Amino acid sequence: MSRIRHMPRALLVGLAVTTVVLAVALMSLVWTPHAVTGVDIAARLQPPSTTYLLGTDHFGRDLLSMLMVGARTSMAVAILAVGLGMLVGVPLGLSAAAMHGGWLDDLVMRGNDLVFAFPVLVIAILITAVFGPSAVNAILAIGIFNIPVFARVTRGAALAIWTQDYIRAARVCGKGRARISMEHVLPNISSLLIVQGTIQFGLGILVEAGLSYVGLGAQPPLPSWGRMLADSQTMISFAPQLAIFPGLAIVITVLALNLAGDGLRDFLDPRIRRAR
Amino acid sequence: MMFGLSLAAASLVIFVMIELVPGDPAAFMLGINAAPDTLAALRAELGLDANPAVRYVRWVSGMLIGDFGVSYTYQVPVAELVSARLVVSLPLAVMALLLSILIAIPAGMFAAARRGQAADVGIMGVTQLGIAIPNFWFAMLLVMVFAIHLRWVSAGGFPGWEAGVIEGVKALLLPAVALAVQQASILARVVRSALLDTLTQDYIRTARARGLSRRQVLVRHAFRNAMIPVLTILGLQFSFLIAGAVIIENVFFLPGLGRLVFQGITQRDLIVVESVVMLLVFAVIMVNFMVDIAYAIIDPRLRRR
Repeated sequence: MSRIRHMPRALLVGLAVTTVVLAVALMSLVWTPHAVTGVDIAARLQPPSTTYLLGTDHFGRDLLSMLMVGARTSMAVAILAVGLGMLVGVPLGLSAAAMHGGWLDDLVMRGNDLVFAFPVLVIAILITAVFGPSAVNAILAIGIFNIPVFARVTRGAALAIWTQDYIRAARVCGKGRARISMEHVLPNISSLLIVQGTIQFGLGILVEAGLSYVGLGAQPPLPSWGRMLADSQTMISFAPQLAIFPGLAIVITVLALNLAGDGLRDFLDPRIRRAR
Repeated sequence: MMFGLSLAAASLVIFVMIELVPGDPAAFMLGINAAPDTLAALRAELGLDANPAVRYVRWVSGMLIGDFGVSYTYQVPVAELVSARLVVSLPLAVMALLLSILIAIPAGMFAAARRGQAADVGIMGVTQLGIAIPNFWFAMLLVMVFAIHLRWVSAGGFPGWEAGVIEGVKALLLPAVALAVQQASILARVVRSALLDTLTQDYIRTARARGLSRRQVLVRHAFRNAMIPVLTILGLQFSFLIAGAVIIENVFFLPGLGRLVFQGITQRDLIVVESVVMLLVFAVIMVNFMVDIAYAIIDPRLRRR
């Protein structure tokens, strides 16, 4: 408990809001105020009321319910994309650091540079051209974009760990490079990876929204925040609430994740805390 | 050397991806009732009958002399299509970049100079918000306020540069602002932290001891040394700027590269998709190459390497 009391306020607020959004996303699996698949033309474009807390869209669907299911889409895509980035990027970074200066290190770094040259939207365009648009493609595109990010962060941090005396001690004990990487390097860089994961999570939400906005992400009837915004665009002059609420949902979620990331960095790395 | 290698590797990746696309462009153009010999003739005309290695070499060597092939659906050279769209996308990206630099550098310097004070906290708060706002949503808000409500500018479309430079810039202003907000926010934070890093250096204390004012030290000594991380981020952010521009073009119905590439995807005009994607990747690699050169100009210590 005392650890929590010492947490920076930004971190607490960020974590709390993120938890709420996650909870809402999970809740949408079992309950939403109204069904999101039903079309009720009689109730179309209602302003916010007690029945429809945030109003309804052009098909008479409840905006709040759509936002809840949209949270699920955004969160799932962003989390899986971070997972993919970590799953591939971290081992790459660890082995590059373990083989520092060798051909594997070179290969990983050059590969990184190559992927970095492709804007995430371009990756998504290429994947979509081949497989057609879907939420899975959004996960793939954002995940591929995340790989070099994690590989680079992991390699950089791991290289610093490899110079430590306890690594030398472990080598003297006869441990191999792979085992040292797993038992000593990875645990020591995990907090850094958590921070980076949080930041990439927020970025993933933003990118997912952008991809579904241009039609490269989740497809109808699955609601997503980005496509809700795209749909609202033609109705912006007479139903601005349709454009405002999904945007606010994105901003609040990303802001919370960024605050949590910044806060975590300060909290987990005492050196930075002192420097501020 | 690295520059050429990166381009070659990138072009290979793009080519292989497009090769994987299911469906035959020739069949798509002719429809399902095409006679086999017509289909074969068209495939030969489009050069689709050669083996992939030959087509890759043709594609790359064509691009080197500015020949990007002929669009399957428009029946005009891709180079023509691309250059017609580039006169919208490029000015948009440049305007957004300039705007973000013009906002970010003073804001970051101001925040660094007033570190810990209300102005610093305020600016950093605004940048947090700026980073979290999706640029296409911000663009929609701008349209709501300035086009629908105040009616200062049109909600979208592009009159073409024939209508005059002022009209053209006016049409690109809201999109550029929308694009610049996120970039400026990220950049302002980098400017601030880079300046705070350099301000703790010994040479800053020396300069202050020589009697230079805080402002002089900030502008003459700290800023120049802080430029390296700022440039790095500018280079890294460029790929986001491109992606953002492609999305923003959709908000404002601008006839830029972004809309061209999306049309290309839906119409299976793969040669257009391939070329635009290659162009975008080329731009990213080029910018990062130029950033490397700029390092040496700013910091003489890096020249010998």
